[in-house]
Amino acid sequence: MAHPFDGASLRPLVPAVIGVLVRRGADFATAEDAVQEALVEAWRTFGAPGSVDRAEPPRDLKGWLVTVAWRRFLDVVRSETARQRRELAVELEPEPGPTGTADDTLQVFFLCAHPALTPTSAVALTLRAVAGLTTRQVAEAYLVPEATMAQRISRAKRTVAGEPFDTLGDLATVRRVLYLVFNEGYSGDVDLAAEAIRLTRQLAALAGPDGQDPETAGLLALMLLHHARRPARRRDDGTLVPLADQDRSQWDTALIEEGVAVLQAALARQRRGEYQLQAAVAALHADAPSAAETDWVQVVQWYDELLALTGSPVVRLNRAVAVGEADGPRAGLAALAEVDPDVPRHRAAAAYLHERAGDRDTAARLYAEAAELAINLPERTHLTREAARLNRAAR
Amino acid sequence: MPKYLILKHYRGTPATVNDVPMDQWAPEEVDAHMQFMTDFGTRLEESGEYVDAQALSPEGAWVRADDQRQPATDGPFAETKDLIAGWYVVDVDGWDRAVELAGELSLAPGKDGKPIHEWLEVRPFYGAPSATGD
Repeated sequence: MAHPFDGASLRPLVPAVIGVLVRRGADFATAEDAVQEALVEAWRTFGAPGSVDRAEPPRDLKGWLVTVAWRRFLDVVRSETARQRRELAVELEPEPGPTGTADDTLQVFFLCAHPALTPTSAVALTLRAVAGLTTRQVAEAYLVPEATMAQRISRAKRTVAGEPFDTLGDLATVRRVLYLVFNEGYSGDVDLAAEAIRLTRQLAALAGPDGQDPETAGLLALMLLHHARRPARRRDDGTLVPLADQDRSQWDTALIEEGVAVLQAALARQRRGEYQLQAAVAALHADAPSAAETDWVQVVQWYDELLALTGSPVVRLNRAVAVGEADGPRAGLAALAEVDPDVPRHRAAAAYLHERAGDRDTAARLYAEAAELAINLPERTHLTREAARLNRAAR
Repeated sequence: MPKYLILKHYRGTPATVNDVPMDQWAPEEVDAHMQFMTDFGTRLEESGEYVDAQALSPEGAWVRADDQRQPATDGPFAETKDLIAGWYVVDVDGWDRAVELAGELSLAPGKDGKPIHEWLEVRPFYGAPSATGD
């Protein structure tokens, strides 16, 4: 019996195969379609469950995909040229030579995160052309109809159609797209967080071995450290468990170890960026046996640096909460007074600090207000529950 | 099979029997209520009647185009009497079954674990014209 063939093992090859086709002269949009078709054919040939006569997968799967995808591409071009009554197809036979480089693969990352794309389009295109997901999988992950996602992806491909394939783009735009994918979490049968980690790992390797691109390594570390906490972040009934209350024995220690190692190598390069600094905060949490034993003074220091770098009001809010832990709730409330009250979770932070300062009535009122402003239902339920807890104690 | 929308409101319905704001319940009562809603959705899926369920934030605004054809907002909805909290869409045998389901939902537990007797709004979807309806 053939050894089990996992369709997912092909997906890491997708951007490289697209890169080869484009390098050989294919246009990106047609190349991308051709590679998707080659994936389907690979699955049919080697992976169809229950098929008795399925073939043994070749040793060089990438070579196989390039051959099949190139054939598909030629089919499309030939039928178009035939329509145009031209005979150019023969010129499109691949020249013998290199079968793609790391730079070509990296170009596919850049193209899919091109600044001309909206974030929504860049995310969709990245998940298809870089992650190798099907349109149906991307649609399910974002809870939209498949036809909507198909339209979004083809519009995105049209937007980048005329872009050159040989000028290097900006890694920062790619990182932002991968961060968006990571933050979406998971629904349907695709784990977007795991997918984002896989792509960021790939990007970090392409951008330079040994953490030569410290911010991409920082993003990878940040994702790993957050992903490590995931088993502890929800109860079985779907309700949220805040960081302070999480059962830390459920944290994934292997992911934490890897995240910390990746981060240390990145920080050693002395070119700090916001993802490295956020990861540094996450690493301090990961390192603490309990919320109380967290090195909050150092957390505040990282937030200071992050704030100096970004000026982000969200960072300012998180810093105020950390100050509340390091220097006491009064100091935290004073720091919070400097934060724009329209920043998401401002009320929730205020409620938390007021409770710690002993003002439970104010805290209960603020928690109830925060619940009204919550950005998702589990958060709303959690904040309502906090208000209920304090109101009961007051009775 | 016809589809029905079962609408939940934050406010704007007639008064309910067990009408106490959620932050005045015990935390376990909040949990029990949320569990009831989850179980209700699960039962609909198991019975093959589930189409969609969504919850809405109470935030938002009224929007219209002004004389310069630019969108102008008004709100948030503080003064509006009616505020939708979310919905279930069910695909069922008919009106009676939709009413039966809304009745179940109305009995979600509230303060002291007693049913809220919440008012739900049930609205039929316009379906496509039938093949025999001409």
